[in-house]
Formats: sequence, structure tokens, C-alpha cells
Amino acid sequence: MSMINYASREINCKIVYYGSGLGGKTTNLEHIYGKVQPDTRGKLISLATETERTLFFDFLPVDLGTIRGFKTRFHLYTVPGQVYYNASRKLILKGVDGIVFVADSQVERMEANQEAMQNLYDNMAEYGYDLTKMPFVIQYNKRDLPNAAPVRELQAALNPGWEITDAARQRVTPDAYHAGENLVEQLPTGEWIERATYFEAVAVTGDGVFETLRAVSKLVLKSLA
Amino acid sequence: MPVGAASWSFTEDDFAAITQSLQRFLHDSNARCALLVDRSGQLVATVGEQPKFDPTAFATLTAADFSANDQLAKLIGESDFNSLFHQGEKESMYLADVARRVILVVLFDNRTTLGLVRLKMKETVNELTRLFEQVFARPTEAQGGGPGLLAGADDEIDKLFQ
Repeated sequence: MSMINYASREINCKIVYYGSGLGGKTTNLEHIYGKVQPDTRGKLISLATETERTLFFDFLPVDLGTIRGFKTRFHLYTVPGQVYYNASRKLILKGVDGIVFVADSQVERMEANQEAMQNLYDNMAEYGYDLTKMPFVIQYNKRDLPNAAPVRELQAALNPGWEITDAARQRVTPDAYHAGENLVEQLPTGEWIERATYFEAVAVTGDGVFETLRAVSKLVLKSLA
Repeated sequence: MPVGAASWSFTEDDFAAITQSLQRFLHDSNARCALLVDRSGQLVATVGEQPKFDPTAFATLTAADFSANDQLAKLIGESDFNSLFHQGEKESMYLADVARRVILVVLFDNRTTLGLVRLKMKETVNELTRLFEQVFARPTEAQGGGPGLLAGADDEIDKLFQ
């Protein structure tokens, strides 16, 4: 639920990093916290357990600069990865403007990723939000690990695409971030589908972290235009 | 089904009306400071003594506090708790729901009493509820500068990360 404050000339937006446990959601925020100028970000708040697992959420406000005389403030949140914290996961989604799904690329985490993706769709639907029509980006994290699954497999499992029935939108749309790939295309079966854009990342070193944030922020601001 | 969360905006006139109402409340109740936070955790306004803490973090935690308590209410068979009270040794805070979309947070110390704050807050909450219902009823498009405000912003965002 973005808020435009004409009195203080600010645009406030909420972005949530979602995904299975230990996938690197908090690491994304920590990297952003470490890299952006201290005067353009607030405190990194973590409501975590003693073992540093996110209990409720992590929160980081960042100013992305001024657009049309309005300061753009993005509030970045992560949710707890573990399923038994689903009640608090759902609370964080309230009023969300954009979603980053952080997937753990390791082969053995495939099932946990799929479970978290399904849980995201379910929780969004409970608020009456349609994820397929919102700013939504997928990050395949931990690409540096030897047991990382190929992106093709991750795409097939987590981002197979959703059907587009609106004829006006049924036209091939290339993926601006991956040459030769399309976000909207027609399957051999004749069905038109759309996929979320994706990024490969190694959040511990920061690879792909800002690319992901930039893409989702852009989608959020576009959705306001 | 809505696409996502509805966005909302408020004008300088709204801000003036909100501030005026809260200033009157602070005067009548002798509370130190009042903050308005939207349910998604964004700070809308601060009136009274400027807080020494980080107001953005405070707003986020307030929204989380309220949301968590809403769920607790449901577990015990209530639809919600429309107000919350946190008592400290010197400083206390009282939180109240406004129009289901905004939370009024009042910070006060031993210069006043919970009874007086609660009493005065009731009228203020009613007043703010009316104000915010008008704000939410107004379509964003009517703001003159809503849509189109961000048209062509892609390049500017790209630049911000370079």
C-alpha cells in the first residue's frame, strides 16, 4: 500500500523478501545496509531468535533518491523462513507493494522453495492480492555453491509462468535482463504465459542483490505511474 | 480481486487538519507526543515533542505490534483490539485504531494519567476517523499529479543505483 505524502513530498513503498528458511533473505538486507550511504538508509531492525533466525521480520528503510520532487522511500522487509512462523509471515505481507522471492538454489532445497512459493500465493490470496498482477521478482540465490541446481530447472519448478487470458497482453515480451528469453510467450500448446523476471545471486558477496532490488523498485514505481 | 494493496495519498490540507486535531489533543491531555502510523508500517505524522528515537523504526514496530495483537484477538474470539496500552516506569504509550487503516500512538509520562489520555483520545479518534475516511474515499487520480507523477522514472531509478 504505497503512500504518497504531499505534505512532506514523499512516496513510501513496501517491499517484502519472501522465501524458505536460510535462503538468504536477511543476507540481502544486510548487504544493502552495508553498501548504501548511511544518510540514505535507516536502522536495520531484526526481530530474531537467539540463534539469529528471523522470528518476526527484518526491516530496513532506504531512500532511493528524489523523483519528480518526491523522495522515494522503500521499506524492505523479510519474513521468517520457517513454516511454523506463518502467522507472522502473513502479517508482514499486509500492504505490500512488491515481492522478491529468494530461492535457495541448492538441489536439496527445491522442495522447501516450492513449499514457500505455494505459501506465498496462499497468503497473498488471503489478503485478496493477486501476485501475478503485482511487482514480483525471483532471486535464485547461492549460485556459487557446487550443488546449485541449473537455472532452467529452478525456473521450471518455481517460475513456470501463469496463463494470460487477456488477448491484449498476448504478445511476446522479451526479458530485458536475459537476452533471448521472454517474460510473455506462447507455449507449443498454444497457451500464453507470463513469468516473473529472475536474477541469479550470491547474497553473501552481494552479487545480484542490487540488481534484484533495482528491478523490483522499478516495477513498484511503474505500478504507481 | 484487487491487484494489490490500494495506494493512498494525502494533501497538505489533510496534513494541516490532522496536525490541528492532534495538537488540540496533546494540549487537552498533557501527553508528550502523538504519532500516526499506517497499518503497513509507514509513519504518517508526528506532532508534539519530537521523539529522540528513530521514528521510522518505531512506526514499523508499532504496525507489527498492532497486527500481532489483532491476531491474538482473533484467537480468543474477538474481531480486534481497537486499543493497546503499554505501561513503563516513566514513559507509557497508548495505541488506538483509526478507520481500520491507521494507528494513533500517544506517548505520555507522569505529567498526566492514563484515564485522561484515554478520555481525550476517544474524541480525537472519532475526529481522525472522519478525516481519514474522507482521505481514503478520495480516488488517488484526483490528486492531480498522482498518475503521471512517476512516468518516465525508470531512468532515474537506474541512475540511483549507479
